[in-house]
Formats: sequence, structure tokens, C-alpha cells
Amino acid sequence: MRFTPLGDNALMLEVGDVIDEPTHRRVQDAWRVLAAAPLPGVIELVPAYTTVTLFYNPALAVQVGAPEDDIFEWLVAQVKERLKHPPKMEKAKGRTVEIPVCYGGEFGPDLGLVAKQAKLSPEEVVQRHAKPEYLVYLVGFAPGFPYLGGLPKELETPRHAKPRMVVPPGSVGIGGAQTGIYPLATPGGWNLIGRTPEKIFRPAEHPPVLLRAGDRVRFTAISPEEFAKWEARP
Amino acid sequence: MVGGALDSFAARVANLVVGNPDEAAVLELAQTGPELRFEREALVAWCGADFDVMIGEVPLPPDRAVRVAAGETIRFGLARRGLRAWLAVAGGIDVPLVMGSRSTYRRAGIGGFEGRPLKAGDDLKMLAPSSWAEHILASLRTGGKLMTAWTVRPGVMGRPAAAGVVRAMRGPECTWFTLDAQQQFFSADWTATKDADRMGVRLAGPTLERRQAGDMVSSAVNAGVVQVPAAGQPIVLLPSRQSVGGYPRLAAVATVDLPRIAQLRPGDRVRFEEINLTVAHALYLARERDLHRVRTGLARLTG
Repeated sequence: MRFTPLGDNALMLEVGDVIDEPTHRRVQDAWRVLAAAPLPGVIELVPAYTTVTLFYNPALAVQVGAPEDDIFEWLVAQVKERLKHPPKMEKAKGRTVEIPVCYGGEFGPDLGLVAKQAKLSPEEVVQRHAKPEYLVYLVGFAPGFPYLGGLPKELETPRHAKPRMVVPPGSVGIGGAQTGIYPLATPGGWNLIGRTPEKIFRPAEHPPVLLRAGDRVRFTAISPEEFAKWEARP
Repeated sequence: MVGGALDSFAARVANLVVGNPDEAAVLELAQTGPELRFEREALVAWCGADFDVMIGEVPLPPDRAVRVAAGETIRFGLARRGLRAWLAVAGGIDVPLVMGSRSTYRRAGIGGFEGRPLKAGDDLKMLAPSSWAEHILASLRTGGKLMTAWTVRPGVMGRPAAAGVVRAMRGPECTWFTLDAQQQFFSADWTATKDADRMGVRLAGPTLERRQAGDMVSSAVNAGVVQVPAAGQPIVLLPSRQSVGGYPRLAAVATVDLPRIAQLRPGDRVRFEEINLTVAHALYLARERDLHRVRTGLARLTG
């Protein structure tokens, strides 16, 4: 376990350094323990692949007892104490969600690039991307963006050196060893290989996101015609 | 905690000046601003960049409470320097809470006023002013005055950095960069590019080289985090940032200096000065103490 500052209002707790299921479980466990009850001065928790980041308000932390010249170490002590004495909690259960994707063409402008560096045909890339059951390691970046683990090694592709200013919503991308879905038109540096007509961010619903950490995801390849039909659904 | 005013401190000060709670909805303006016709009397205040603002034929200075009579119009011209300003109205702007927030999230089309920037003809409602604001309004009205003599200037509170300087700490992946790059980041002149929005500002300057290639595992980011994609040009994140990111975090701007990044226009220059976490906390607490002193002083105005 390692604690690192991220700027003057966040504290990063690292519980591992690789993307794998045991690390994911450690992150989820730490996050659930820390989220079970408020921590003094802490206003938000952001779990990721190997880290749980705690955002704090330095003034609030001082008000509740942190020494002005050592707020960080004081918070670290609070976190350690909480992790040492976790409250009893139920185990969280995940689901499996199927996501239709129209691969390549205008929906996946980087499919060729991914194929080329994997020394595969675009069809083989699609086949291999749609094969595994992925684990939602975390939801973040943009609201509802699922970071999926389980990408076949040969499909790993580095992020673009210069991110696109706008990635269309629903785009399915590969960023290093990760794959995911852009819920909204945002900037993004991942290699875009397809697009889903499924809505990933649903602000009017509870919860407002389709996928949650711990869920399993399977992609199904669909044709541009099926994509259009899906989008036209009421 | 994603979103909200790009300078939340200026927004808090504008709200304080008109007797609002910190989290009351304000208007954010960039580059230029609207013409606002008030259908009823209001107490307003604006803070931020150097804008040309007029009420009728009278220039409207920032950082103070102004009484706008029913039927009067405030006109925002162009920003002369800097980019953004915040306008608070006593009571706050009446927009619904979405996921606990009144701020606009344009990418998703939610929050604020119909989830979008304002356009001509929009009709904004105001919530009821506090009794403190009513008192200030009444004293301006009876005194025949347009605005208060006192001002509250967010930019001078705490211990501001020298002009053109932004203080920053090393980030978690600082050592992923060569020693040269680390030194360059904290000494070079950086130029703001036009690749900028409410998520962040891309800067141009020397290419920041990495010791070795390789992607990091995505982790949390925050406003102020300086990410460096492989092209070696840094991006400083602003409050409408993403919640996690995968580019190495070379540095993190001190919270108190983040407004300077939000005010950069394409072509503006900035230099980063390295500070440690303890200093950043001291700066943060000093600014909060100053704001607290002002808050206490203003509360006494009405007895």
C-alpha cells in the first residue's frame, strides 16, 4: 500500500501496479471500506484500476483536527486506521451486459491502424475484440465511460500521441491494454475501432450509467444497417 | 466534483458580495458577455477578467455590489485582458439541481439552464435575496447610490504569485520524464494554444521527453493536473475535466493559482514555479483565512 499526493487536494492510495482481477478486488474492497462512512475532510472518492484517490478540502481537514503543516500525513493516518478496522459489509454482485458494436468504416477509423500493428486483418481484430468477456474495472473519464479489462494481448495499441479534440459518442476504443466506450462527444486519445448505438450515459435514470465497476461486458458485432435500425428505435 | 465555475473562488466571492451562499448559481462569461435586462430590482456583482461592463452609460467596475433598478440593462463588452468572468445575482439564479449541482454540463446537455449556454431571449429567474442583500439594496436605494464603496477582490487574497507565474507541485509521474524535461517544465515560457475548453488548456513550448515510453494505468485526475501525452506538450486540466486519465501527470497546479490557467487566451504566456505540498496548503489556507475575514466584516455591515 502506497500513499502519494495528487496536487494539494487529493491523496492517491495505490494497492497494486497492474491491471488484473486480484488488484481490482483490492481496489473495490478499499473503496467500499472508505466509502462506508465519511472520512474527516474527505469529499470524494475515485476508484481506478490500481488506485483509490481521495479528494479533500484542506481547510475542512484543518477544521477537524489536521495540523496545518502536515495535512497529508494526518489524512494518511485516518485512511490507514479505517482500513485496519473495516465495517461489516455485503459483497457486491456484478451483471453481464451485451453491447452491440458496428466495427470499422466511419465508426472505427482506427481499425486499420490497430490491425496493422497487430499484424492481423481488420476482420480478425473484430473477431478477437468481440470474443472475450470483459470486466468493468472502473467507470470514469467521462460520465459512464467503462474501462474494460481482458483485451487480448495482440490488440494492445498505444494511445494517439495527440488526442482527438472530439470523439463521437458511442465510440469503442483501445488505449494501451484497455478498451472502453466513449459515452459523450469528448476529446480522446484512444484508437477508435467501432461504435455502439447503445446509450452509455443516461442522466435521467438511476443510476445514470449503463455499466458499473464489477459488471461483465460482451461485444457483439452488428452491421451498419442494424446500427441504423437500433438508433431509430424509440 | 467535476464541473462548476472555472474559477470557483471568484464565483464564491461574487456570491459573497451579494449575500449568497457559496454554491448559488452564477453566470460564467468567456471572451464576451450578454446584455441582461432586469425586470425587477436586483443586487449584482461580477468578478474575473478585465471586461468592459456598462449599466446604461455608466461603467460597472468588478468586485462590488451594484444595485440594478427594475428595467435597467447591464451590457458586457469584450474582455480586454484574460478570458472569463462570473456574475452573481442576489438570491442566485433559479435553475434546478441535477445530481446535486446547478452547474451546466454542456457535453451531456444537462444542468444549469436547459443544459446549454444562454442565448438571446432566454428568461432567467432569480431566487429570493438574503435579508443581508435586502439591507444593502435598501441602503443603496435610499442613499441614491449605484454601488457600494467597498470592494472584495478575489485576485489579491492570500498570497498571489507574481504576474505570469503559476505555482505547481510535482505530480505522481514526474520522474517518468527526463531530468531535462522536469527542469524545462518548471522554467520554460509556455504559450496557451487554441486547443482549450472547460476541460483543459493545451500549452506549447519545449518538447518534454520521457525517460522511457509506455502507457500508465489510468488513474484519477483533478483540476490543475498537468498531463503530458506522448507528443510532449502539456495539458493543464480545468474543473470540467475528466475524472480519470491515462497520460502521465508531470505536475499539479496549486489550487490558488488555477484561476490563472482558466484566464489564459491563445497566445498568452505562463511560467510554472515549483512549490511543495506544505507551501501549497499554506497558500490555500491563507486565501481561505482572508475570505473568512471578509465574510465576517461584511456580516457586520448590517449590524
